[in-house]
Amino acid sequence: MGNEPLVRLDGVSKAFGGVQAVLDVSFDLFKGEILGVIGPNGSGKTTLVNLTSGFVRPDRGTVSFKGKNVTGQPPHRIANMGLTRTFQVMRPYHSLAAFKNLIVPLNSPRVKRTRSGTLGDLDAVAIDILEDIGFERDARVPYKPAGSLPLGYLKRLELGRCIALKPEVILCDEIFSGLSMSEISSLLPLMERLQMEGVTLVMVEHRLRELFRLADRVMVMNFGEKIADGPPAEVMEDPEVRKAYMGRETS
Amino acid sequence: MEGTTIRRKKRLDRSIKVRTEGLYALSGWSEMGYLVFPRALLIVGLLVLPFFLDLYWQRVICAAGIYALLALAFDFLAEFVGLVCLGGALFVGAGGYISGLLNSTFGWHPLICIPLATLGGAVFSTLVLIPALRLRGIYFAIVSFMLPLFAVYIIIALSVFGGTQGISALDTLPSTWFEIYLILSVVLIALFLVRRLVSEDMGLILRGIKDNDQAVKASGISITNYRIRAVFIAALIGSFGGAYLSHLYGWLGISLFAMDFSILPIAAAVMGGLGSLAGPVLGALVLTPLSEALRGFGQLRVVVYSVILIAFIVYKPEGIMSWLQRKYQQFEHWEEV
Repeated sequence: MGNEPLVRLDGVSKAFGGVQAVLDVSFDLFKGEILGVIGPNGSGKTTLVNLTSGFVRPDRGTVSFKGKNVTGQPPHRIANMGLTRTFQVMRPYHSLAAFKNLIVPLNSPRVKRTRSGTLGDLDAVAIDILEDIGFERDARVPYKPAGSLPLGYLKRLELGRCIALKPEVILCDEIFSGLSMSEISSLLPLMERLQMEGVTLVMVEHRLRELFRLADRVMVMNFGEKIADGPPAEVMEDPEVRKAYMGRETS
Repeated sequence: MEGTTIRRKKRLDRSIKVRTEGLYALSGWSEMGYLVFPRALLIVGLLVLPFFLDLYWQRVICAAGIYALLALAFDFLAEFVGLVCLGGALFVGAGGYISGLLNSTFGWHPLICIPLATLGGAVFSTLVLIPALRLRGIYFAIVSFMLPLFAVYIIIALSVFGGTQGISALDTLPSTWFEIYLILSVVLIALFLVRRLVSEDMGLILRGIKDNDQAVKASGISITNYRIRAVFIAALIGSFGGAYLSHLYGWLGISLFAMDFSILPIAAAVMGGLGSLAGPVLGALVLTPLSEALRGFGQLRVVVYSVILIAFIVYKPEGIMSWLQRKYQQFEHWEEV
């Protein structure tokens, strides 16, 4: 690290009506790392994801990606540059078969550019991606309507939709929430593999134990502000973080 | 439980055993025939029908064809793109005026004017709807409903394009037979193409936008871009109907922007079965003649018509099409429990 950051937020603020969702947050994201973002409910974590991915326009501050200022750019343009995100609420394209969900990102300008002329069979590409991320256990699952899949598969489908875009950065908004311990531990290797393949990950999480196994660095939010940023162990020793989580200082 | 027997309806799938949604594994001619039969019935039925009708009813079928196109366009936008478009009258008006004006101004043959107006009307309708495309649900519906009214008042206020009188004595098509087979073949071709489109990649993206537009944006696809294309396709279908209509009656006027063209196709789509594409076409082919047959009721016509429609919404909300499909695909019998 230490070189140019892949993503940089500089003094970003966003208010919804009278609620200051994010206040003057700055951070750098470096290529290949996994950054955890934690904080109590309503501390502005999801807004931070929305601001970075272009879904919400900041009131103040700048967002840059790969050295370019992307503040105010529409989300599809940022996604085409290689930054995509998952959503906290799982809403697949429920009327389509699971693998057909991936046809959407596979038709993006970003993927079309790399497919060099020959179109090939997109269905086969989609099924390959799904099998690669854990749909292999039951061969029929990719063909089922996405609306009928259980939550574990929906989370994978959500990730699959991102992976199909061949992104450089994925912002995961609570990808572990609602999953059982065993489902989470089957997802962990997938996240590690993504990191090995060079994908940079931001993980907004409530599940600290699992997050700390993955994250290289953790950033803590409280009332819209960044209150700590550093290696997991160090951050959890921070008195302000302890106060935010426990409600008081503990020894 | 004494004395009374409880009965339940049992349903068994008929014929083709290997089947998922829209995907079949055929194992012989009989299964092939089973699939082809309903499709062939619609096509052959439509093409043979005019032989059994007198001139008056042939004219009614021509009008029904226009409503069928509008119902198809409505169903496509509402169920596969998520845009509830009440702008059928906009498409008809734009297509009708362009075709009629080309004919009356330059004296071009209707068969040249109609294709030009189909394209021109679609471009015009799409351009005026673009600002509304960022709206969703009821808001888009309201804007699309108001635009034809705008057009009417602009034409009246500025007294352009014949003002309230309209322009009459436009050239008509060569013969009644030509008229009727032109509209019927366009209906069938449009139905075929739209059905193909919704299962192509572009159709999948449009359905994705309907299900979850946020996820489509995160997948690097501009939803506005795709919505514009979808509206253009629907407008092409509707504008053809309008262009055809002005030459069917040899007249253009503000009633081309009449609310009927926005409302009746919706009724047809609901009756036929939303989301089935063939259903709305079928619905229009039933509703339009029905509305003609009810002329005998005089002022009560609208009431009878509305009652039929309400009865459908309440008792058969899934529409004619899925009811027919169920009857065709499954055996039903009562069995005692």
